[in-house]
Amino acid sequence: MVTTWTVATVREVVSAVVDPEIPVLTIADLGILRDVTIEDGTVVCTITPTYSGCPAMRQIEDDIRAALNDAGYEDVRVRTVFMPAWSTDWMSEEGHRKLAEFGIAPPTRQEEVLCPRCRADSPKVIAQFGSTACKALMVCSSCGEPFDYFKQI
Amino acid sequence: MVAHLIAHADDNMVLAQRLGEWISNAPELELDIALGNIGLDHLGVARTLYTRAGELEGEGRTEDDFAMLRTERDYTNLLLVEQPNGDFADTVVRQMLFDAYQRLLWADLSGSGDEVLAGVAAKALKEADYHWRFSSGWVIRLGDGTEESHVRVQDSLDRLWRYTGEMFEGPSSAHRLAWEDEVTAVLDEAELSVPTDPFQRTGGRQGLHTEHLGHLLADMQWMARSYPGLTW
Repeated sequence: MVTTWTVATVREVVSAVVDPEIPVLTIADLGILRDVTIEDGTVVCTITPTYSGCPAMRQIEDDIRAALNDAGYEDVRVRTVFMPAWSTDWMSEEGHRKLAEFGIAPPTRQEEVLCPRCRADSPKVIAQFGSTACKALMVCSSCGEPFDYFKQI
Repeated sequence: MVAHLIAHADDNMVLAQRLGEWISNAPELELDIALGNIGLDHLGVARTLYTRAGELEGEGRTEDDFAMLRTERDYTNLLLVEQPNGDFADTVVRQMLFDAYQRLLWADLSGSGDEVLAGVAAKALKEADYHWRFSSGWVIRLGDGTEESHVRVQDSLDRLWRYTGEMFEGPSSAHRLAWEDEVTAVLDEAELSVPTDPFQRTGGRQGLHTEHLGHLLADMQWMARSYPGLTW
C-alpha cells in the first residue's frame, strides 16, 4: 500500500502504459496522455483519442487503471477530452524513432515518407486506410517492402 | 442545442451502420478496410455527440439509449445517409455528397461555444478531409473510368441528388453555395453532369424517413431490444 505519492511518481507509472495496437509506443510517446493530476487523493488521468472512433480508447483506459492499481494506487479516474484535437505533432521524437525501428514510417508529409527498411523515398500508396485508423498502407518503390505509414494529421 | 446534437449524431450513427454493412463485402480488401475505418470515425463522432446530448438534457439518457432505444420517427438524420449501400458507386457518391457537407459543417462548429461540440468538430474536420479525399477520388476514378463505370456513377448521382437539398434547410443554408462549388469541381473532373431534376425529398430532420431507415434500425437495435441492458 502506497501512503505517499507525488504527481511525478504517478505520472511515471501512467506514462509507461503502451498503446494496445502499436505496443512499441507508450501513450506518452503518442501524445494522447494529456495530463496526470491528483485531486483529493484520486489519480486523474486525462487522455485524448487519436481518431474519433479509435476502438483502443476503452482498452487504454483499462490499462491505465490496471497499471496504477498494480502500483498500489486504488482510486483512479480516467477522463477523455477532445479539445484541443490530437495531432501527430504531439508524438515525441522518441516515438518517431521507435516507430521507424518497428517498421512503421513515422508521421511526416506523405510526399516525404521513406521506406522504413531501405530508406528509399517515393513509396507508393496502396491504401489510404490501413490496419488501424491512424495508418495508411504503402509499398517501397525500391525494395518492394509493403509497410504501414502513420498518417500525419 | 440537444436536438441539434442529436440530429448530427444521428447522421453519423446511421451512416456508420451503413458503412459497417460493407465489412467483408467490399470489392477489394483495401476498400473493405477503408469503408470500415470511415464508418468507425462516424461512429466515434456519434457516440460523443449522444453522450454530450445526454449530459445537457439532464435526464440520464446514455449514448446507448439514444442509439438503440429510439424509433425511426425519433431519428432526425438526413435521408441521404439512410439510403441503401447499393453498389460501390452508390456508396462513394453518397459519401462524397455527405463529406462535402460535413467538412463545411465541422469547420463551422469547431467555433461552437460548447467546448465538447467544438472539440468533436475540430477532430472530425481532420477526419472528414481524409474521407473526402477517398470519396471524391473514387467518384473521379469511376466517372472518368470505363464506359460502364461512368454510366453507373452518373446513375447513382442522379438518384441520390434528390436527398441533398435538405442538408441546407435551417442553420446550414449558408453553406449551400460552398458545397455546390466543391461538389461541382469534383463532378467536372469526373466528367459527370450535375443533375438538373429540381425534385427534392426532405423530412429527415423532422423524423419523416424513407422506408429504408426502419429496416436499418431493426437490424441495428435487435440485440439491444431483445436483451435489455446487455453488456459485454
